[in-house]
Amino acid sequence: MNAAANPNPTVGRQNALSTRGLSKSFGSLTVANDIALNLPVGARYALIGPNGAGKTTLINLMTGMLAPNSGQIFLGGDDVTALAPQQRVRRGLARTFQINTLFAGLNALEAVTLAVCERRGVTGRFWQNIAVNKDAIEEAYEILVKLKLGDCCYQPTRELPYGRQRLLEIALALATKPKVLLLDEPAAGVPQEESGDIFEVVAGLSDDLTLLFIEHDMHVVFRFATHIIVLVGGAVFTQGTPAEIAADPGVREVYLGARKHG
Amino acid sequence: MTDIPTVAPQLYLQSRSRWRPIEIVFWLATLLPFWLFPDYLSLASQIAVASLFALSLDLILGYAGVVSLGHAAFFGLGAYTAGLFSIYVWGEVFTGLIAGAAVAALVGYASSFIISRFRHLTLIMITLGLGLLLHEAANSAGWLTGGSDGLQGIEVWKVAGLFSFDLYGVTAYSYTLGVLFVVFLAARRLINSPFGLALRGIRENFVRMPAIGADSNSHIRKVYTISAALAGVAGALIAQTTQTVSLEALSFERSADVLVMLVLGGAGRLYGGLIGAAVFMIARDQFSGIAPQYWYFWIGILLVVVVMLLPNGILGGLSKIFARWSRR
Amino acid sequence: MLPPVFGVLFDGIAYGMLLFVLSVGLSVTLGLMNFVNLAHCAFAMLGGYVTVILMRDLHWPFFATLPMAFCAAALLSIVVERILYRRLYRASDLDQVLLTIGLAFISVAIAAWFFGTQQQPITLPSYLHGSFNVMGLNIAAYRLFLIAIGIVVTVMLIVTVEHTRFGAQVRAAVDNQRMARGLGIDVDRTFAITFALGSGLAGLGGALAIEIVGLDPQFAFTYLVYVLIIVSVGGLGSIGGSFAAACLIGVSDIAGKYYAPQLGAFLIYLVMVAVLMWRPAGLFGRR
Ligand SMILES: Nc1ncnc2c1ncn2[C@@H]1O[C@H](COP(=O)(O)OP(=O)(O)OP(=O)(O)O)[C@@H](O)[C@H]1O
Ligand SMILES: [Mg+2]
Repeated sequence: MNAAANPNPTVGRQNALSTRGLSKSFGSLTVANDIALNLPVGARYALIGPNGAGKTTLINLMTGMLAPNSGQIFLGGDDVTALAPQQRVRRGLARTFQINTLFAGLNALEAVTLAVCERRGVTGRFWQNIAVNKDAIEEAYEILVKLKLGDCCYQPTRELPYGRQRLLEIALALATKPKVLLLDEPAAGVPQEESGDIFEVVAGLSDDLTLLFIEHDMHVVFRFATHIIVLVGGAVFTQGTPAEIAADPGVREVYLGARKHG
Repeated sequence: MTDIPTVAPQLYLQSRSRWRPIEIVFWLATLLPFWLFPDYLSLASQIAVASLFALSLDLILGYAGVVSLGHAAFFGLGAYTAGLFSIYVWGEVFTGLIAGAAVAALVGYASSFIISRFRHLTLIMITLGLGLLLHEAANSAGWLTGGSDGLQGIEVWKVAGLFSFDLYGVTAYSYTLGVLFVVFLAARRLINSPFGLALRGIRENFVRMPAIGADSNSHIRKVYTISAALAGVAGALIAQTTQTVSLEALSFERSADVLVMLVLGGAGRLYGGLIGAAVFMIARDQFSGIAPQYWYFWIGILLVVVVMLLPNGILGGLSKIFARWSRR
Repeated sequence: MLPPVFGVLFDGIAYGMLLFVLSVGLSVTLGLMNFVNLAHCAFAMLGGYVTVILMRDLHWPFFATLPMAFCAAALLSIVVERILYRRLYRASDLDQVLLTIGLAFISVAIAAWFFGTQQQPITLPSYLHGSFNVMGLNIAAYRLFLIAIGIVVTVMLIVTVEHTRFGAQVRAAVDNQRMARGLGIDVDRTFAITFALGSGLAGLGGALAIEIVGLDPQFAFTYLVYVLIIVSVGGLGSIGGSFAAACLIGVSDIAGKYYAPQLGAFLIYLVMVAVLMWRPAGLFGRR
């Protein structure tokens, strides 16, 4: 990569993920407007904003699932803007989806094993039995156990309860051994009492993992985030520590106000 | 909550690829025609070829979710290559098979770069278009292919220097069945490999694959090439056992037929293509008295019924009935 | 004296207009619902046979049969949409392909059962029969008539789509189905009407095609290929795209047959593959 040889001077290596001037519009609708963010290594950041603010779109841009109209994305200081989504994943940028995007017909063990095998680069091997990859299977199983999915990992994904499916979203992302993990409303649609379990899992993730999560529930946000980014109308409205954000009257107005009928 | 399933994960995955008794019964049953239907051995060998062709389509359609309306291109390539090979090189059958597979694989590999870029309607159109293109090309290149008269003068040697192709089709069926079995073993291995798992991933959720770091296009290119090679083997077999190749080998009808066989049996199941091919070919043989357009009437009805009522084909329906029955 | 290239161009465009009328309905319905309807040309074939029956057995004048061809195809399509297609809008491409290929097979068999496999000639009124000479260019009256019809249909479509309420709904639905539903547009109904109109146009095209390409039960498949090529080259849901693609394919086909007959249909397949390689969504497609 020549990008690696020429790191952007404004994006230090202490930042696991950064964006510069990131913009995207669908026709006349601007959903990302000149976004510049830094996620330091080991961050626990929350991304909040009213419905339709462009939070999911921002994750799509960062992971390469959408191409920006302009701007750059840096992963560990390297410009990855031109890389395909799977190449970014291999460099350690993983995500989960707001709406379950799982392998309905595979069971959890197969799905996570697939992700592990992809990372290990063995999925091209059409001549060997999957069971030969004992290490990969055991690694997948460990991830599943860690996420309390061990006892249902032989059940087809489509038969799993919804809350389990949300956990499987995270398990699939973890199987890629990410350095940066972007969680798009990990507890979306999960009843309040179960959403705590999901965030316990999130909180228990390794400290060197850089984390950005989208969440609407402010209690959860204040409890788990060390830093909050507020997105409104596709632009960064403000950012700061939970205390700063809680005290910001502007945030109250645009965000919390909008939530009342959102 | 216990986190310990009854079987260890690795053993569990291993057990899924174990041979089941019903499979052994199935393969033993393929030997029955030698004794029970000695007059139908040439039909049986055609079924074996059709099964192999359907199996090759299953790899891309049933496992990777790539819908092709032009798979006959590779069947025809294999058939013409094997035919020409026996005319211009020699009549040894196994090298002929390899030649047919190699040419089909080569063209499959080249076109896979096109195929892997498309999804949905455009993909269907591209496969259809490439298939028709090849059909037209073979039609125009009469000096090589014999054009609409078909390729004449194919002569093959005895299989392994021992068994000549006889009138009753004993050799033909033994030969095609043997090749089918070997290819089936390979396909079975592939399905149970890490690569096979990745293919199922592509079929189950194309969008998620890049998010777990998978390069779906490279998987699709690979399986398309393999599938083309197997279709080429099927084509080569038909050229060697019938000793003619006609343009029909490249036709849209052949692409449509193999699709029908596969969905009839059940796509995405290793035995779907085999069962579908057998049912289709036997039915066609039984109804051979009726004009082809009326045969296609029944095929049409069958397709409507399968789509509306039997979405996973015969095998899917059977396994559902079996599941319901065993639950009681 | 004009060189023969003008003759080829004229015939090609006339042929293109025919292909346009045959294919535009499929393009719009595909753009709307992403429904892969491989039975489209079966509706065209129905229109053709309606014209044949009315003219030969009931001695209707040619022009009077054309609206009937349109209506017959449109009516049948409403029935089929209600009973079968509606259930498969969210199904996979494969299921849609299988179902509609199945219907096409059935239509071929039914046509063969009633009319036999032979070609069905019709006798055109004398004023559409002849040809006249303009600067050494031999202009067949029927081809001129086809071009006129093609232009009339195009203008009517554009007026409908651009200047009526229904057209606005169609445009909104093609553009962004989710948004259109959100705006309270009854997308299913819009689709059913569009589908009927598109199939009706196919029926009209089938009637018009008899004189140029003949009519036999294989029509449902032979022309399906042309129609699909036009739709994918033009880009789904684009009337202008279909028009351009139909002209391109019409001219390529006639030119190929004139200048390089040994290539057969090779040329149009090549054009299609080349266009799609260059622009996977077609000339005017956005996706
Ligand atoms: N592919 C697309 N085409 C057109 N518009 C889109 C597309 N994807 C998103 N949008 C629009 O962009 C805007 C931002 O959407 P996005 O999904 O990023 O919002 P969000 O902040 O994640 O909202 P939510 O809290 O509801 O998840 C919305 O108005 C949405 O309708
Ligand atoms: Mg969102």
